[in-house]
Amino acid sequence: MSARTNLAGASAFVVLAAAALAAPAWFVSLATIAFANALVVLGLIVLWRAGLVPFGQALYYCVGAYTVALLARWVGITDAFVMLAVSGLIAGLVAYVVGFLLARYREIFFAMLSLALSMILYGVLVKTETLGSTDGFGVATPTFAGYAPHREALGLALYWLVLAVGALCAFAVSTYFRTTAGALAIPIRDNEIRIEFLGLSVNDLIHLKLVIAGVVGGLGGALAAMSIGHVDPNMSYWTTSGGFVFVTILAGASSVAAAFVGSLVFEIVRTVAVDLLPGFWQMILGSVLLLTILFLPEGLGSVFARLRGAPDRGAP
Amino acid sequence: MTAILSVRKLEKTFGSVVAARDISLDIPAQQTVGIIGANGAGKTTFINMITGYLRPSLGTIWFEDRDITGRSSRQITRLGISRSFQVAQIFSSLTVMENICAAAAIARGPRGALAHAWRPLLSADTVGEARAAAELFQIGAYRDIRAATLPQGVRKLLDIAMAVVGWPRLLLLDEPTSGISIEEKFSLMDVVMTALKSRNITVLFVEHDMEIVSRFADRVLAFYDGTVIADGAPAQALADTRVRTFISGTRTVPEAVAGAG
Amino acid sequence: MLTAFAIVADGLVYAAYLFLVAVGLTLIFGVMKILNVTHGSFYAFGAYGAATAAGIYFDRSLPDALGFLFMILFAMGIGLILGLILERGILRLVYGKDEVVIVLVTYAVFLILEDVITLIWGPRSYGAYQPMVAAGSIDVGRLTLSNYDIGLVIIAAALALATFLALKRTRFGRLLTVVIYDRETAAAFGVNVTLVYTVTFVIGAMLGTLGGAVMAPKISVTLGIGVEVIVLAFAVVAIGGMGSIEGALVGALIVGLARAAAVHLMPQIELFIIYGVMALVLAFRPFGLFTRAEPRKI
Repeated sequence: MSARTNLAGASAFVVLAAAALAAPAWFVSLATIAFANALVVLGLIVLWRAGLVPFGQALYYCVGAYTVALLARWVGITDAFVMLAVSGLIAGLVAYVVGFLLARYREIFFAMLSLALSMILYGVLVKTETLGSTDGFGVATPTFAGYAPHREALGLALYWLVLAVGALCAFAVSTYFRTTAGALAIPIRDNEIRIEFLGLSVNDLIHLKLVIAGVVGGLGGALAAMSIGHVDPNMSYWTTSGGFVFVTILAGASSVAAAFVGSLVFEIVRTVAVDLLPGFWQMILGSVLLLTILFLPEGLGSVFARLRGAPDRGAP
Repeated sequence: MTAILSVRKLEKTFGSVVAARDISLDIPAQQTVGIIGANGAGKTTFINMITGYLRPSLGTIWFEDRDITGRSSRQITRLGISRSFQVAQIFSSLTVMENICAAAAIARGPRGALAHAWRPLLSADTVGEARAAAELFQIGAYRDIRAATLPQGVRKLLDIAMAVVGWPRLLLLDEPTSGISIEEKFSLMDVVMTALKSRNITVLFVEHDMEIVSRFADRVLAFYDGTVIADGAPAQALADTRVRTFISGTRTVPEAVAGAG
Repeated sequence: MLTAFAIVADGLVYAAYLFLVAVGLTLIFGVMKILNVTHGSFYAFGAYGAATAAGIYFDRSLPDALGFLFMILFAMGIGLILGLILERGILRLVYGKDEVVIVLVTYAVFLILEDVITLIWGPRSYGAYQPMVAAGSIDVGRLTLSNYDIGLVIIAAALALATFLALKRTRFGRLLTVVIYDRETAAAFGVNVTLVYTVTFVIGAMLGTLGGAVMAPKISVTLGIGVEVIVLAFAVVAIGGMGSIEGALVGALIVGLARAAAVHLMPQIELFIIYGVMALVLAFRPFGLFTRAEPRKI
């Protein structure tokens, strides 16, 4: 089973990597953003399986993005690989510290507290003149171990980078799901008390999940910052987090692939909707969300799972 | 015979309500102790204190010459005390095998959550242990069934199997036969007790059926109003006047005594 | 000394605002266990409604005081209708689902209502400053206080008192207290929980629009005002303890004074301090000042 999944993932990766050569530049850049955001959704799925819905995952997204922007601005580092590593590390560190508070909470409290924490960052960024306040500031063009592409070549390089990081994270997370700590996600939802009486701390398990979600969220933010070329406090605003939650609900938490497919579909629909029906984007978003919750509580992914006859294990 | 569990002057109050008071007793290793008492007599409070779910208001609990009073349920489990629950506490969206494997992985693995992020749930070690436990409790036939759909008796057995897979030395069973039909009770207890005996586990079990108590217990603790009112061999304890009055209901309650309670 | 007085004065005004927006949120949570993100929309609808009412009223040289009343009633009327539609039309369908799922439902409705606001009122901003101007100001020592702000504090205090008395003294209030305390038992004793839910949600919605209406004269009524309110109100409610009216009051005072202190002493931490205070309180009292977690029975 796992070998087959890995094979499917690897072939999807190759196809997606090759497709960029044929696709128009605007689509490549759309997919780049979509897959960068998918990393945040991947982190959401890790928490989601344990019944936790973070309404403030944009915190790590924003931390990752600002780390990239500041590395170039203050330290002069523009190497994409170094920037990524540092972003993931710092976002993970933030998640680790914040986790001491967050891991004690469940359900709504967890959702809203994580939201409040992301709003703290938003508040700080808005008030900090040196970081560009509400306008944010531009991100230097990344280089790739000495290679410094421009325009289309840069777009392609970024796309491939996002794809590679995405594939690595997807592989890591799906491996994690098969470990004891990972497999205990659904049991946390089922029965926390039993886990405690078996001798393992549920809070520690959740803390670990928070850090994993934080790291991938930070990587997603870092990649998004590189491809957008700009960062601003809105990256930590609660509506940004709401978007990630939206994609997760739509995609379901049944597999890591759902994060990428869901995120891509979301970006495409948004581009089309904003183009055709300006002023109705939030209404479409809200209606789809409402209908999904009412009629497809386990997300779109569950439809495929159901077709295959697998048990639904998606939403909380 | 040295005591595996020693309890001294145990007391638990919730505000002005006294849920347990003045409980002092010793349990020798490998004894099978039946706990009886009406609802609200303090049986589950007693078990909850020993397993660390409730912190005693007063008194001490010693397990194998170690003071475990007020430790967390997690630490206590690690020291070798396990429990099952009145309502089976299982992971309903996992299969029977996955349930026991999760229990085995935690029990046999390190205590940190991080260390469990490297080991697969279904490793050779955990699967082997889980198979053995499933066979021991005769639920092997249900291995790949999701726990949510299990019949009540199997749920109970799974709950106990998950507690036993960590090789505890003391096991507390909170009403192992609750929710089980009268016809099934004896066979279920037979399976459980045989399994536990084969692993030399000291057992405390809460039970309302006096026949089951006399059949399986070496010793009976009778709880009434938060404390132990009779402690002895089943025949002796069940014959106690107060036990017959307040618990087994084989004697009508004299008015004067009822008023005092 | 002057600063201290200014901090207290500003803090009380801000606390009044926070209490007005938080009380409906905490009431709905207490009774229905719903964290209602739509509360932000209620606030926005209240503010827009009040602005519209002000537009209708104040060109006609009628008495100013009645105009303010008209604005409030107009806004609360919108709250009544909106609350009824949402509770009967949508929330009813999801009762019994996971609490987090219901939050997402209210989030979805919030998103929809954001665009509904644009549809009704368009993208331009509105002012409803007339009552604020008409109320004038008063000099206290070297400090000038707006009478409208003083009125706001009085309204909030009156509302707190009224809510408190309503819960303690009226039949429906006692019914609510019972439902808050133990839903299942209340239902078992024949309390019509469905009706209690509808009434509570509608009251909560009206309180939300009231908050928007009384704030409308002080702000520029524009798109997106509901977004901020919901997060702010949540912070207040989380500090006090979700579902607790006293908690909302105390939470509002703490946040209000802390923010005023920040504004006067360290303006760069103004936005940060609200959530900072919240994180600090929760670190020591995980479920707020006025509520405790109940251990699960096993």
